[in-house]
Amino acid sequence: MTAGSVSVPAAPPVRANALRLALSAEATKLRTVRSTMWALLATLVATIGIGSLIAMARVSRWDRLSLREQLHFDASAASLRGIFLAQLVLGVLGVLVISSEFATGMIRTTFTAMPRRGTVLVAKALVFAIVAFVVALAGCLVAFAIGQSIFAQKHAGISLSAPGALRAVVGGAVYLMAVGLLGLVLGTLLRRTAGAIATLFGLLLILPLLVGALPDPWNTDISKYLPGDAGRALFTVQPQSGLLSPFGGLVTLAVWVIGGLVVAGIVLSRRDA
Amino acid sequence: MIVAEGLTKRYGDVVAVDDLSFSVPPGRVTGFLGPNGAGKTTTMRMLLGLARPTGGSIQTNGRAYVEHAAPMHEVGALLEAGAVHPGRKARDHLCWLARSNAIPLRRVDEVLGAVGLESVAGKRIGTFSLGMNQRLGIAAALLGDPGVLVFDEPVNGLDPEGIVWIRSLFRALAQEGRTVFVSSHLMSEMALTADHVIVIGRGRLLADSPMAEFTHRPAGAVLVRTPASEQLAVLLTADGASVEVADDGALTVSGMNAPEVGTAAHRYGIALHELTPQHASLEEAFFELTGDAVEYHAAIPDATDRKVTA
Repeated sequence: MTAGSVSVPAAPPVRANALRLALSAEATKLRTVRSTMWALLATLVATIGIGSLIAMARVSRWDRLSLREQLHFDASAASLRGIFLAQLVLGVLGVLVISSEFATGMIRTTFTAMPRRGTVLVAKALVFAIVAFVVALAGCLVAFAIGQSIFAQKHAGISLSAPGALRAVVGGAVYLMAVGLLGLVLGTLLRRTAGAIATLFGLLLILPLLVGALPDPWNTDISKYLPGDAGRALFTVQPQSGLLSPFGGLVTLAVWVIGGLVVAGIVLSRRDA
Repeated sequence: MIVAEGLTKRYGDVVAVDDLSFSVPPGRVTGFLGPNGAGKTTTMRMLLGLARPTGGSIQTNGRAYVEHAAPMHEVGALLEAGAVHPGRKARDHLCWLARSNAIPLRRVDEVLGAVGLESVAGKRIGTFSLGMNQRLGIAAALLGDPGVLVFDEPVNGLDPEGIVWIRSLFRALAQEGRTVFVSSHLMSEMALTADHVIVIGRGRLLADSPMAEFTHRPAGAVLVRTPASEQLAVLLTADGASVEVADDGALTVSGMNAPEVGTAAHRYGIALHELTPQHASLEEAFFELTGDAVEYHAAIPDATDRKVTA
């Protein structure tokens, strides 16, 4: 066989927008590995399944709650408890979006095709953020609906039009997306899947425990700025001490994610691949 | 056209590439040779913008690689096998690459056909053999129809049919006026493939010359066959030549060229059945350059030859 189908070098191509091309390439990549579909499915199962189980558990113990506890019951947050498991699933997917490329050496193919590494990271983050948000929002909406129908047995269910309810559902999805992006940041910085996942879980699960052991008021002063509590402020409706306002939580999460992506972008561009 | 000027890469105290300058013009196959650790892959990585030079520059078509917005139209690269995600299907791998550089998707099927992978386009890359992986990498390099092609160890894992195919592919690409730059540690393969060789060792340029010149450098040895081999060996040794006698009686004479050997044999009245100047093989020229010859040859059991010292 010869290179029969290879023609003489063509005229220079139309100059296309680098970010648009990178978005298209990264969307194709995300779509064409099986782990994406499994992780997104697991996110739905965790958000909806765990949310429903916890809602049923709350209802079964409802009559043992004090009147004060019943009055301050946060029906939307209680239906969204699956987020605590789903965040780990989406976080792992976020890590894998880039760590799988480091592990297989494909990052070199990626950077050979798209030498602007900052653009690659932005494209990866945007594609992942859109997919993660859409799936997380679907999961949170269904979990909310199922949860409220369960709470309705005790006349404790609320509708999506109740004050703060819609914000809590959307906020839950935003938080899940943000955790996934933090996974992407850690995957970029650490390049190792296991190390990045361990660090992410430490940030979400261990660090709050350590900070909580600090003397008052340092513990809450610090922990409310950690990603976990900043996210909780987004999907909590009943006022809770030690949490930022929903807007404050959103800004704090944005600082974590955008700050992390900027650092990751600089490191990615400086390091040899 | 690839141009390296004073290219240098240091990792801490280790100098991987040391003030390397060369150019790779279009229209011919240029081999890039060196022993393991010579700096070939580091040079290739700097060429592709994957590693940053400590000093100097390496450019393709007058620009550093990272300045090409859609580089696959200018430079096609085969990286080491395995720079792919094993869970992705072959066609999907080429599709994302095509999208990243605004290459029409019909090119994907064209290059799959060109490398003979159309029947496994829907299979996951993880199921591929090393040779199929190499073909996929070559398909990716051809995708943007680039004028410059860079292949890092392309022959690895290919079966004999694949090796013949890739040789003719390189030749065809060069004849179309493209720049073809092929790294290899297989010297004998390069002898059949490349028109020109660039040899490096310990990061430094050792040779940059046409293949013919490289392999025809003065080797000095002359192969002689004669019925009176012992006699001629003694006489030539007495004349100052160094002679080795093989078990079948063939003499390898060094220190004299072919006309001198022929004249001497005539003078002694000895009939010659064969008188052949020996060209250094690419390996020999290579080892001579890199200074690894002694070490390498010592590892080969050598029972057939014995030195005549009389």
